[in-house]
Amino acid sequence: MSIKKTQLVPMSGSEAIAKAAIQSNIDFISAYPITPQTIIVERLSDLVADGETKAKFVNVESEHSAMSACVGASLAGGRAFTATSSQGLALMHEVLYLASGLRCPIVMAVANRALSAPINIHGDHSDMMGSRDSGWIQLYVENGQEAYDWVLQAYRIAEDERVSLPFSVNMDGYVITHSVEPIALIDQDAISKFLPPRQALLKLDTEKPITIGTLTLPDFYTEFKRQQEEAMRNVPKAFAEVTRDFTQLSGRSYDRFLPYEIEDAKVAIVSLGSASGTVRWVARNLRKKGLPVGALKIALYRPFPHEEVGRMLEGLDVVIVLERAMSLGSHCGPLASDIVCSLYNRSEQPKVLDVIAGLGGRDLSPDSIEQIFRTGLGTTPSSTGLEMEFVGVRE
Amino acid sequence: MSPESKPGWRQLARGAVIVEPGSAKQFKTGDWRTKKPILQESKCTNCLFCWIWCPEPAIMRGPKAVSFDYDHCKGCGICAVECPVHAITMVEEA
Repeated sequence: MSIKKTQLVPMSGSEAIAKAAIQSNIDFISAYPITPQTIIVERLSDLVADGETKAKFVNVESEHSAMSACVGASLAGGRAFTATSSQGLALMHEVLYLASGLRCPIVMAVANRALSAPINIHGDHSDMMGSRDSGWIQLYVENGQEAYDWVLQAYRIAEDERVSLPFSVNMDGYVITHSVEPIALIDQDAISKFLPPRQALLKLDTEKPITIGTLTLPDFYTEFKRQQEEAMRNVPKAFAEVTRDFTQLSGRSYDRFLPYEIEDAKVAIVSLGSASGTVRWVARNLRKKGLPVGALKIALYRPFPHEEVGRMLEGLDVVIVLERAMSLGSHCGPLASDIVCSLYNRSEQPKVLDVIAGLGGRDLSPDSIEQIFRTGLGTTPSSTGLEMEFVGVRE
Repeated sequence: MSPESKPGWRQLARGAVIVEPGSAKQFKTGDWRTKKPILQESKCTNCLFCWIWCPEPAIMRGPKAVSFDYDHCKGCGICAVECPVHAITMVEEA
């Protein structure tokens, strides 16, 4: 496959997501509008109305029904897409477990937003972290281009025979959903070769009746959870193959994580989502001043790359975790919990500083990131253990 | 069946799907029962009210009288209540 001349189109992250969904030759869409995801649903409706897709758009009265409809479409062998955010994702919560437990390779865009109360419509990871254990593959993108590219790749991974799990593409509300960027679109013919129509492993078929959604009692339930865990363990293999093919198609390459100047760093910030670019930019500026800093972006959050993350971080003095969600009453937020877990088997234990910042859309400016790096650099290098602190909170 | 004799996760169909139709017959629900229906055949008029009402279905039809499928009868007692000629009585399981 040769890389075609790139066509750059100015688009918001939401428009890029909608375009990618339609280009993925989806059969079915069901979604309910919610800020800041609304534009995705609007664009999808436009594209359906304009006849740019054969996909059926089913209007529903809630996100609970949207996900239920997607589960049905997926079980019937279709390629289903939805998008949501915050309260909408929370309302879907119980059906998310049906999608994963019934092994439906649905792709869902999540415009990450804080959860009420108090009500807030801005970027924050509380929504997806609330459904962290729902058995969905979870990937956080950094910008609109990644959002576009990841919808296309998500279906290939989700539908892989070894995986067969639903996939959520997470993007920070407003910062990504509403920012307009030049997006490199891929030619439809090339996408159709990269992502042919779905071949369902097992589907609703009157010629071959099967029973779906069976009751499993204590003697069987654990076995099916073990199957799902195996599917998660197979994700890295499928991920490597799909991203390799995608690089041939687009010239852009992706990994489950993105380290930056981490080999000889003493202090590094670990982040998810849109803040990661700012973190790398600040790290580069501080490097120019001779400060030993680095960065690690986690792209694939579930399954979490524990082994690789532990290996990359063990030599550091201080690991700073940029946390955009909380686990109230716990010793740290969800991301730090995974980071500490990754370091537990390592011989060297850096200090882990869990920084609560950027909640409810509070801006993570280069200045605030630099301040966080300097806090890490000012920490006694010999100290270990886990500390959590709020950055930028008014007393 | 002891847990060890049941299939492991590698053998089971993905997502708890049952790929063969009619498999409910293999699920013996009779051991849930605490009371058992007993038919007094001389009273039975073969009206089949019990056959219609049984939710399982665990009433089997015969030329002159009905009988019970004790492998699947859960002992709910609906048949005994609905029988217009009181031919069915519920007795404690031994």
